[in-house]
Amino acid sequence: MILAQESGPLFDWDWVARNWDQIIDRTWEHVTLTVVSVAIGMALSLGLSIVAVRWRKAYAPITWITGLLYTIPSLALFALLVPIVGLNATNAVIALTSYTLLILIRNTVAGIDGVPASVVEAADGMGYTRRARFWKMEVPLALPAIVAGIRIATVTTVGLVTVTAVLGLGGYGFFILRGLNTFFWTQIIVGVTLSVALATLFDLGFVWAQRWLTPWARGAR
Amino acid sequence: MADPLGARGALMAWDSIREFLSDPATWSGPASIWNRLAEHVWVSVAAVLVAAVLVLPLALWLGHIRKGSDVATAVVNIGRAVPSFGILAISFLILVQMGAGVGEPWAVLVALVALAAPPMFTNTVVGIQSVEPATIEAARGMGLTESEVLRGVEIPLAMPLVLEGVRIGLVQVIATATLGALVSWGGLGRFIVDGFAQQDVGQLLVGAVLVGLLAVIAELAMSSFGRAVTPKGVTNPR
Repeated sequence: MILAQESGPLFDWDWVARNWDQIIDRTWEHVTLTVVSVAIGMALSLGLSIVAVRWRKAYAPITWITGLLYTIPSLALFALLVPIVGLNATNAVIALTSYTLLILIRNTVAGIDGVPASVVEAADGMGYTRRARFWKMEVPLALPAIVAGIRIATVTTVGLVTVTAVLGLGGYGFFILRGLNTFFWTQIIVGVTLSVALATLFDLGFVWAQRWLTPWARGAR
Repeated sequence: MADPLGARGALMAWDSIREFLSDPATWSGPASIWNRLAEHVWVSVAAVLVAAVLVLPLALWLGHIRKGSDVATAVVNIGRAVPSFGILAISFLILVQMGAGVGEPWAVLVALVALAAPPMFTNTVVGIQSVEPATIEAARGMGLTESEVLRGVEIPLAMPLVLEGVRIGLVQVIATATLGALVSWGGLGRFIVDGFAQQDVGQLLVGAVLVGLLAVIAELAMSSFGRAVTPKGVTNPR
């Protein structure tokens, strides 16, 4: 209770007004770290998914290795990368990217596997090459599963970015860490609330993008 | 920002690791590897057990009456959007304001229970509900009571998914317990956070390797435990 008096009201709107510039900067940092990591993760996992679909034997080792990366706690992965790349945004992006791979690859491969055999046969019968069949039939039909994976990976990444505060980055995590060190509620509430809001915005954005990308699925139910 | 940790490079890291490992305080006393490992393990296991006691009865009941699958989906989605570091920070401030001492494990325990609960709840509800209705009808037709149906048919068949939920919860709890060092608690994360703060690469890397190993061992142990207790003929639907 004494602490509560010392730290003033639960939420200090003046602090928000005074630190508006910094909130904007940290938002930009949070968005950049998330988008760059997920984008690199998408490119890598599309490549690895193609390998896994074409060459089935590769699927188990790919999920095993990406599963191992996914299991290593973020703070430990940042630390392990320090002697290799140092304490910087590259470190954060490598670690954050590695966490997206398992989810993205699993959903992409499951989505492509879920394409009905009759569709594949129809494509073959129409004289599609393997490449054309992949890009024009299998990927579009797998899009709902692929986008579901991207949504999970993005929301997870937004949460993990907060931990990069220990690297001196952290987006909204910077406010959480600062609030902890100074027992200042407002900063923690701002950090957590904005992080949840950002994750929700990304998620809604992908729901929208999916509706736009798969017009054939609209109103089909 | 200066970058002394990175500038030293990988070769210097070896000397620093040897230095840290040859320090007697690394091996005995409150800041030793053994003590930090014990703290990390007991808080993680306790959090999973408390979460199991809190959510499993409700999840089993909801699964049995075939309700609450929307709630289960919402729980796991909300759980994903709230950063675990944020849950830890809020739990810490609430408990400190309620009078808990800084450095005590309670705030970490509360946060970890909150993190372990959603995957266990969701997987249990979904696991029980994914049991074939025909199988349950058959069990009722044979004269089994509702509680016998739950204990003898639904729980064994849902076991792979329930244990998958426990595995996800445990691995996440071990990862987040590492962040406990950011709220003045111990655990293996202490070495990483102190390593960053003191720019001690040896301590940093030893801590990171220990945390990584603990998480991977827990993951593998839970996976093989899941396979061992799965009844013959039951396959994980995933």
